[in-house]
Amino acid sequence: MSTTEFEARLRAALQPVEPPEDLPLRLERTLVELRELAADELEAWELSAMRDPRNWARPAAAAVVGAGAGTALVVLRVRSRHRRRRAQSANVLDLAERTVRDLADEARRLLPGGD
Amino acid sequence: MSDPQPLSKSELDGSFSELYRTHLRDVYSYAYYRVGNHHDAEDLTEQTFLQAYRHYERALCESDGRPLRPWLIRIAHNLAANYYRDRARRPESAIEDAAVISAPHTTETLVEGREELEQILAGVQKLPDDRREALIMRFALGMDNREIARALGRSDGATKVLLHRAIKQLEGIVGENGSGPAAEVTPR
Repeated sequence: MSTTEFEARLRAALQPVEPPEDLPLRLERTLVELRELAADELEAWELSAMRDPRNWARPAAAAVVGAGAGTALVVLRVRSRHRRRRAQSANVLDLAERTVRDLADEARRLLPGGD
Repeated sequence: MSDPQPLSKSELDGSFSELYRTHLRDVYSYAYYRVGNHHDAEDLTEQTFLQAYRHYERALCESDGRPLRPWLIRIAHNLAANYYRDRARRPESAIEDAAVISAPHTTETLVEGREELEQILAGVQKLPDDRREALIMRFALGMDNREIARALGRSDGATKVLLHRAIKQLEGIVGENGSGPAAEVTPR
């Protein structure tokens, strides 16, 4: 038997194996659950972190990322101005208010029918 | 030139779904030929995609547009190594022999020349790990030398030599055992 013939038989022996029919569905369900679990954890972290205004930018960013690309842009823009807001703020509360205002402005700008 | 914009979460998920649909059969085939039974192959496939999902964004950035199949197979390869390590700790659950591997879902298509194919599969099981894996990637998954090299973390040249030696060794094993039934092969 030549090497070429042998390789052909090897190819026949090692045929691709089809996964069981229910495997794709099961796997997709697991991935969805994983995503939901991650979202839940994010939410729990968000609630605890909200007590500290220094963390306000991060949960806002995480929540918005989960909502999709358009809203993710809001956070990117707001975060990019974080340093300037901090310099302008008189205190932590002032910084938090400015951040929330900035988020709202940016979201309005991106929403359909916004400025 | 500026870096490409990172993908949003939903774009990443969509992209991962496509990767998963495209390569599910590859990963499952690899897992099946590595572990030798459908139950563990399903587990290994699931674990592979879960791990891939966790690191997908980084892999996508680092792939620089190259196919991600070698990366997926590398994950399966590492998980399979853990599987064998765990099995070694639990000898009561012995790995099934080559005769089991020779009866996958597509058995109906393998009726003709089945005994010879079983001998080849039994021979594959006797090969050293790296040679066996290279053959699975080449012949079951249809990967080229470059893809196999990336999956195994070797150079293209070393992979070519590895494949050549694997085929030669397998030819020798099958030639020696040609007259004996495949089922007599000692399980790994």
